[in-house]
Order: sequence, then C-alpha cells, then structure tokens
Amino acid sequence: MNGVFPAIDGALAVAAAWLAIGFAGLLAPRSFRFVAHVLFPLSALLSLALAAFGLAAIPGAPQALVLPIGLPDLPFHVRLDALSAFFLVILGLASAGITVFAGGYFRAGEGTAPGVMGLQYHVFLAAMALVMLADDAYAFMVCWELMALSSFFLVTTNHRIPEIQRAGFLYLLVAHVGAIAILLCFGVLQANTGDYTFANMRAQHLPVAPASAAFLLALFGFGAKAGILPLHVWLPEAHPAAPSPVSALMSGVMLKTAIYGMARVAFDLLGSPLWWWGVIALAIGLATALFGVVFAAAQVDMKRLLAYSSIENIGLIVIAMGLAIVFTGYRMLPLAALAMAAMLYHCANHAVFKSLLFLGTGSVLHATQERNLGKLGGLMRFMPWVAVTSLVGVIASAGLPPSNGFVSEWLLLQGLLFTGEIPNPYLRMLIPVFAAGVVLVAALAGYVMVKFFGVIFLGRPREEKLAHAHDAGPLERLGLAWLTALCVLMGLFPVEVMEVMDPIPAMLVGRGLVQGGHIGNTFLLAPVSPERASYSPIAMLVVTLAIVALAFVLVRRFYHGRVRRAAPWDCGYPWQTARMQDTAEGFGQPIRQIFEPFYRMRRELPTAFDAAPRYRVIVEDPMWGWIYVRIATATEAVSRVVGRLQRGRISIYLLYSFLTLVALLFLTQA
Amino acid sequence: MNVEGILAQLGALVAALVLAPLLAGWVNMWRAWLQNRTAPPLTQPFRALHKLFWKESVMAHSASPLYRAAPYAVFSCMLLACMIVPTISTNLPLAPAADAIALVGLFALARLFMSLAAMDVGTAFGTLGARREMLVGFLAEPAFLMVVFTASLISSSTSLATIVGSLAHREPTILPSLAFAGVAFTMVSLAENARVPVDNPATHLELTMIHEAMLLEYSGRHLALMEWAAALKLFAYSCAGLALFFPWGIAEANDRVALALALPMLVAKLAAGGVLLAVIETVLAKMRIFRVPEFLATAFLLGVLALLVRILLGA
Amino acid sequence: MNPLSTQVVNLFAAALLLIAFAMLSQRRIVTLINLFALQGLSLVGSTATVAWATGQHHLYYSAGITLALKVLLLPWILHRLIRRLNVKWDVETLINIPTMMIVGIVLVIFAFNLALPISEFSRSVARGTLGIALACVLMSFLMMITRSKAVPQVIGFLSMENGLFFAATSATYGMPMVVELGIALDVLVGMVILGVFLFQIREQFDSLDIHHLEKLRDD
Repeated sequence: MNGVFPAIDGALAVAAAWLAIGFAGLLAPRSFRFVAHVLFPLSALLSLALAAFGLAAIPGAPQALVLPIGLPDLPFHVRLDALSAFFLVILGLASAGITVFAGGYFRAGEGTAPGVMGLQYHVFLAAMALVMLADDAYAFMVCWELMALSSFFLVTTNHRIPEIQRAGFLYLLVAHVGAIAILLCFGVLQANTGDYTFANMRAQHLPVAPASAAFLLALFGFGAKAGILPLHVWLPEAHPAAPSPVSALMSGVMLKTAIYGMARVAFDLLGSPLWWWGVIALAIGLATALFGVVFAAAQVDMKRLLAYSSIENIGLIVIAMGLAIVFTGYRMLPLAALAMAAMLYHCANHAVFKSLLFLGTGSVLHATQERNLGKLGGLMRFMPWVAVTSLVGVIASAGLPPSNGFVSEWLLLQGLLFTGEIPNPYLRMLIPVFAAGVVLVAALAGYVMVKFFGVIFLGRPREEKLAHAHDAGPLERLGLAWLTALCVLMGLFPVEVMEVMDPIPAMLVGRGLVQGGHIGNTFLLAPVSPERASYSPIAMLVVTLAIVALAFVLVRRFYHGRVRRAAPWDCGYPWQTARMQDTAEGFGQPIRQIFEPFYRMRRELPTAFDAAPRYRVIVEDPMWGWIYVRIATATEAVSRVVGRLQRGRISIYLLYSFLTLVALLFLTQA
Repeated sequence: MNVEGILAQLGALVAALVLAPLLAGWVNMWRAWLQNRTAPPLTQPFRALHKLFWKESVMAHSASPLYRAAPYAVFSCMLLACMIVPTISTNLPLAPAADAIALVGLFALARLFMSLAAMDVGTAFGTLGARREMLVGFLAEPAFLMVVFTASLISSSTSLATIVGSLAHREPTILPSLAFAGVAFTMVSLAENARVPVDNPATHLELTMIHEAMLLEYSGRHLALMEWAAALKLFAYSCAGLALFFPWGIAEANDRVALALALPMLVAKLAAGGVLLAVIETVLAKMRIFRVPEFLATAFLLGVLALLVRILLGA
Repeated sequence: MNPLSTQVVNLFAAALLLIAFAMLSQRRIVTLINLFALQGLSLVGSTATVAWATGQHHLYYSAGITLALKVLLLPWILHRLIRRLNVKWDVETLINIPTMMIVGIVLVIFAFNLALPISEFSRSVARGTLGIALACVLMSFLMMITRSKAVPQVIGFLSMENGLFFAATSATYGMPMVVELGIALDVLVGMVILGVFLFQIREQFDSLDIHHLEKLRDD
C-alpha cells in the first residue's frame, strides 16, 4: 500500500475532497435533499477511506511532504507518523457514523441554509484532519483556528436563540485564550532559531526551565480545547447549543485533537519529559474527572449531562497521559507503554461511545422536541433502535465488561497498580490514592449512566405528547448501527486493537507492548503476564450468553413459559401517575447530598402557606464565581480606567499624537 | 486446560448452584434460632424456588423486553462470577477470563441490569429502589476495589488464582493491612448483599427497601431467577472473602487429595461464616438510609488505609 | 528482634493509626474518650511487646504507668468531667469530615516521607512505626484545630502525647525513666488545670464553644 499510493497523499486527498464537497453544497444552498442525501453519505465514504489510510500508515515509517499552500516563504509542512495516523483513524471511524446520521438528521428550517451548513461541516472535518497532519507551527495554527471558527459557526446554527449566541461567544473566547497559549508554547519550543517546523523543534534540547514552561503552556492551551478544569466552562454550554451531530463530532473527535496536541508536545517535541510534569497532569486529570462526574449526576438536561460526562472522560485520559509521563520520566518504559496504551484506547473508546450517545439524544430530541429529562420517559417502546444502541453506549460509558469502556479503564488501573517500583517514595504512596480516585469516578459514571438511560427510555412517559415519538430514519439507523458495531468490536477484541496501536508507544517512548513480550492472543488480554492479570471479554460474553440460553431452555422445558399482564403494584394507593416516578433531580439527589460542598446550589422551598407551591433547585458551576466572574470584573475595572483616555475632544487626540511624536524623537536622539 | 481443570470448573458450577440456596437457608435458620423462633428447614429455599418456577409470571402492562431479559442476564452474571472465584480450586479454565477488577465489573453489570429493570415499570417504588441500589453500589464498588488492590499489592497480581496461591503459601504472618481490608470487605459484603445493617432482606415495608424494591414487580420464574441470583451473589462474596482472607483448603493445580478435601472445607468455612452473618444481623439494627453513605465511606477509607499501611509498613 | 515481635508491634502501630483516623471522624464525645482509652491500650500492648522482645525491664514500668494513667485514670476523669459539665452533645467540626479524612491521608504520607531518612538509622523494632507515630501527632493536632468545643481539643492534646510516647518506645527503646515520670506528671497536672479551666469557661460563657473565647479580643 505504501509504495503504490502513499498514505499521506491519500489523507491529503480526502481532506481536499471534503473541502470540495463542502463547496459543492454552495451550488445549491437551499436544496436540502441534495446536501443531506447525496453529499453527506459521500463524505461518510471519504471518512472510511481516511480511516483506511490511517490504519495503513500506523506501522510504517513517517512520511513528510511540503505543500505549496501558505505564504511564499512559509509553506505548509505535513507529516504522517504513527501518532497522527492513529488519531486520523479515530477521526475517520467516528465521523463516518456521525456524517451518515447527520444526512438523515438535518431537516429544513434549522436556521442556516443546508448548503452553508454543509460547507461549515466539511471545513470542520478537513481542518481537523489537517491539524493532525501539520508539521510546522504555522500550518498547525492556521488549521487550529479554522477548526475553531468552523465549529463556532456550527455551534451557532440556530443563531436566532440568544442562549445559543452566548454559548457560541463563550466557546470562541475560551478557544482563543487556548490558542494564544499554544502559540506561546510553539514560540518557546523553537528556542530562538526562527525555524518553526516541528522537525527543528524536535532537534532542540531545551534546558529544564523553558521546557517546563512549554509543557505548562501546552497543557493550558490544549487543555482549554479539551475541557480540563478550570477551562471547561464552555463545554456544558456549547455542546447542548449545537445540533446533535455537531455535538457528537465536537465531543468525540475535536476534544481528541487537543489530546493529540498535548501528546505531540509532551512526548515528541519535548523529547524526554520530566516526571513532575506527569504529577501535575495526574492531579489536574483527577480533579477534572471528579468534577465532571459529580456535576453530571446533578444535571437535568440530557445533553448537558453528556457534556459533563465528556469532561470526566477527558480527565481520565489526562490521568493516563500523566501516568505515562511519570513512567517515561523515570525511564520505566514498558509501564509507560502500558499507560500510553490506556490513554490511546480511551481516546478511541470515548470517541465512539460518546458520539453514539449524543446521536441517540439527537434522535430523541427530534422525536420529542424535549431536552429536559423531566419531560421524557418510556421511549423504549416507541424508539427501539435508538434505545438498544443507546444501551450499548451506556454500558460502554459506565465502563462495564465486556464493553470497550472497561478495557481502557482496566488498562489504566493496571498501570496505576504497578507503581511499586518508582524511586520516589512520595509518588509511590500518592499513586494508589489516585487509583482510589479513579475507581470512585468509574463507579459514579455508572450511576450517571443509569440515570441517563433509565429516565429517558424506561418507565412510563411523563408527558402525553411522547406517544407520538417516532423512531430514527434509515440513515440515522445506519450511523447508530455503525458506531454500536465499533463499540462491540473494540470491546471484544482488545488485543487486536492494542496490536494496531503498538507502534505509537514504540515511536514516542521507545518501546511497545508487543516488544515487551506478549499482549496475549485473540482471546486473552494479558499485558504483562497471564499470572499478573488477564481478561478475556469473548470468554465472558460467550459463557454469559450460553448460561442465558441454557437457563431459558431449561426453565421452559421443566416448567413453563406463561406470562400474564396486569397492572403494576401500587401499594394500596389508588391513583398512580407517570409523574410519580423519579425525576432527574430526584435520581441525582443522593449524589447532590453527599457532594454538597462541591456545588453552588440555590434552593427555593415552598412554605406551608403558598397558594402555588414551587420547589426549585438550581445547581451552578462554582468555577464561574471563583474565577471567571472575578476575571470579568477585573477586566471591566481595568478597561474603565483605560477608557478615561477617551475624551471625545479632537484637541485631546491631537495632543496624544503630538506627545507620541515628541517622545519618539527624544528616544531616537538618545 | 486439562481434564482436572474442566472437572473442577464443572464442580464449582454445581457447587455454586446447590450451595448458594443452602447458605441462604442456613443463615435464615440461625437468624430464627437467635431470635427464639422455630427455624424453617435447611432446604426451604429450594422449595421456594420450585414453587416460584411453577407459578405464572405476571408482568405490568408497561414492562418492556429489557424487563423480561434482565433476570436471565443477572442470573448468568452471578453464575459466571461464582465460576471465576476460586471456590474449591484455583485450577479453573475460566479463571484467566476475568481478574479481580473484572469480577467487580461483572457485579456492577448485574447491578446495572437490576436497576434498569427496576426503573422499567415506571412506578415510584421501582425508581426508589434503583436510586438507592445505585447509591449503595457507587460507594461499595470502590471500597471492594480498594480491598482487591491491597490483596494485589501483597501478591503482585490481580488474578484471583495467583492471589490465592501466594496468600495460602505465605508463612502465617499478621498483616495489619489485610486485617483492615478484611473489616472493609465485611462492611462492603453486608451492604452489597442487602443485609442488616444496610438493608433488611425480610422487610415488607416498601419505603425501607433497597434490594427488595427492585424485585417488587417480579413474579414466577423471573422472581425465582432473581432470588437464586441473590443467593449466588452472597455465595460469591463469601467465597471471595474466604479466598482473600482464609485461603487454606483451596486446591491448587495437580493436587488431587486437596481437590477431594476442598469441598468439605468449603462447606465448613461457609457454615461458620453463615453463623457469623446471622449473629451480626441479629445484634445490629438497620441504619437509616442517610447513614448508609457514611457507613460505606468508612469502608472505603478503611480500604484506602489498608493500601497505605501496606505501602508504608510493607505489612 | 524476632519477626513475631516485629509483626505484633506493626499490628499495634496500625491500630494506633486506625484509632487516630477514627478520632478524626468521630462525632460523639463519649466515643472519643473511649477511643482515647483504646489508644492507650494499644500503646500499652506495644510497649510491653518491645519490653519483652528486647529484655529492657524498665519498659514494663512504663507500660504499667501508661495503663494506670492513660487507660484508667484519665478517661475516668474525662468521663466525670463530661457528666458534671453536662456535655454530651455531638461535636461540630469546622471542616466537614470527608475533607478531614483526605487531609489526614495526606498528613500520613507526608509524615511518613519525613521519617524515612531518620528511620534508616534506627536499629529498633520496626522502621515504619516512627512515621506512623509522627502521623498520629499531626492528626491529633489537626483534631485540635478543627473542633469547635473545648473537650475534644483536650483529648487531641492528650493523644498527641500518646503519639510522642509511641515514637519514643518504638524508635529508641524508651526514654530515661526520669523523663518519662516527668512527662507523666506534667500530663496529669495539665489535666487538672484544664479541668479547672473548662469550668471557668463554662461559668463565664455558659457554654464550652470556643467561638465565645473570641469575645475576649481587645476591641
């Protein structure tokens, strides 16, 4: 494959084709049928091609090209190595399902013309692909900004609603704060040589202080896009505001480009990371994960719940990355490879199952026009396809065997348990405490997912109009089925997946897992040795299904299979309505009570004398009050002071110019 | 995978299916005696299961296919867990399929299905039970994992067979970390198996139920499968506790004499454990639901402490 | 030191750590006093084991004094004080309990790392016990800081002394007898004085909440 048609050419061709499709949509901007039923499925096929090129390129040597785009003296350098190829595979596989779904999802009258939205969508996809291919700072920043802008337009698709405008503005603001930090990081990395290509940055060996500054800037800058604490505030606003396929693409793939950036800087451009960088990443990751999951448990809007769950998963990925950095810093390379495998696997897993869940909520939203969990319920009967695929996504998101979510958590826990050999005693004692935090996060994630699935799909419908809900259309079903199949396959064949991603730790850390010995065979995953730990999802699934089948058959054979339908148990209360089920607030109440110091809660309680009693709980993010409102007031105070310069009289402005001229003359004279 | 292994696996399967309801019956007998009542016979749970299997299964109008499939799923998860935990032998072909972390994950999967089935019918009691069960679960699961981590740090492995092997072969030493982990494990066991002081398995008041509330709507063969699954869960937890803290008597590979002796030793250990459980249930009072998170948080912190003591003291 | 004695001392050390955590999280005063008595008991056990294993008989006397004072006399005095002051409520803490537990765990890790280089030099029973003793001292200090009533602060002060005593016996085979007797007398006298103080506070403010002491500020 490499000799005949280099994968890098293929990837670039796909990006160009996406842009072409986007512009093709402008030919008939109002023709919704052309855009949705012709262009989007075509672009899904291109996604599959991109994934194929990426898979072919992972084991091979890095390929580089110089494109004549860009300024005359600053062409675009592009490079396809194992890390880029892996993230291109994630982009391709996830976006295939999402694009097919989007083809069936977008209806006329969304707010933006379909052709224009198609353009924005494909520019977004192409920009993400190019970010992963970029090999110099200029190309990277151009594509990064393109990605941010196109996603801003996608988020504000329904731009006539004021909340959506606000959410878009906040998103753009935080994205640009991050972009400044990334730019500064690249500035530090090029170490005064003036050459901004990544090849040059790799060749530099920075002393400790600038290298640490670069790492922290990268953590801050890419973290703003990934959504780590405290830069996460845009996520819970932007994801619900965007249409569901866009949320899926942002949450599933765009957050991973930020992780790609962090990994690229920490492991590739900075060469040998220091161990204490990893500790910072571990601490931030754990705080992010805990925060995300605790807040997810208190949400009543289904897309905000999924957004906070994304924050939690990003926290877990950053924990894995921090662990890999710690092990690399201490030159414990096989363990670093294990931690890195956990990180990469969780990136892929999250991309797949979070997209699946967001697409499911998209179908629910279309069918019921409701995002509030308190008005949904019992949808399993009306939307079986969406319910079953969401169930797979829920099991994966909760990290339960035999799904793919469990494999990455398992790998992460194995990595955390290995820390007995680290030389630093503080670290040796702290890391099991991190393991405790990770398992707490995993358990809470299960709680959140039961709430999500149970309140939406199970029980009885809480509103009458839900009886008119319709199931997903054919294109939507195809997208959902594709992502479900990916979840299942990645869960049942972990060894294959880890063998595919093995060249990445080999490239970044110097040693892969397969090199270390054995990852196991098709049926058994045993990253270090079978005596140490082993896991076989296929065996578990097969035995479970066998027992289910056997039990079913035996019970019917020896006894009977009769069923009678009746009314549910009402404990003697004569009047049971669907509103007596738990609401979303009710289901999350125990978590709110336990973790009360974390939240900023306001409660409005009715008194006994209220004619129209009302109970309200408002849960807010404390980071707003601590950090953002303070920064905003400080900025306003400073700008008020500076604003005094503006007097409005022409003579004052002429005076300013005069003073500047005099000062410059004075300086040049001296 | 040799003939001995397969025989041991099948033996473990049959032992689980037979001994689990017997264990439940034994505990009920002792509870009755300690409360000065006449005890039901030991085989009462079998009679109850037989009766339930013959009965018709009555389901609510709004029950979905998930509701019908959940008892089978839960039953098979628990049976698989019993087959993975080394009850009579460590030479089980299925043991490499799941290590201790995957075992905890398996219990969590069963809990997920039970909670979803409880929420399926759409009454207030079902969702109440589901919420409380997930509350107990979300704190008990990390505590259990901390116990597992302590044992795995001592034996440098998370595979249950290796843990049993290394713990059984050490010279008898007093390990404070294992002592703390044992207390934490007992607390977690009581919570997960819905025993006093967390939940009363014999209660009839819907507002005090945790585990029973999830079974409220089930009847007939579905209820029989759920009850059997609950008994299997108690059996699996007891055997896991015995494997971690009292592993003497579990047969290793290629040890036929030990294999023959393993079953009587298991029965003896389980009998002693059952009496202890009955005594705990009789002596303690059920605590308020608001105190349950504190109870489980104590277990979690004990687990973390056990881990710390292991690292700090090396003991 | 034969391995059995090392294990027994390790067991008592772990019990001491456990009791220190339990005291941090305890709400009721009566249970606090009982836990303090239990702490004294494990101290007695550990001292007796070290005495038996190393053959130093003066440690038996230390153990005896500890038993008389810390397990029997002081808890009895405290129980009487509680009854006479009519103080039996639950204790409020300034920070909530889970945060205190996390801070406690961090303190343990910190204390242990602090004690690591020192314990390299000791040829005594067990290496880790010095770290645990230091951790107990720090956690008792934490308990004194975060309680808002006076009696738990007194108990915190006493259990700090317990921690120091444990460090002395396990790391250095006990202190000279004179020093020990002096410390014991100090603690006893301190208790009496604190008891008087508590009565005075109660008479002045009609409550033992230390927030009232802030009224004594000069403004």
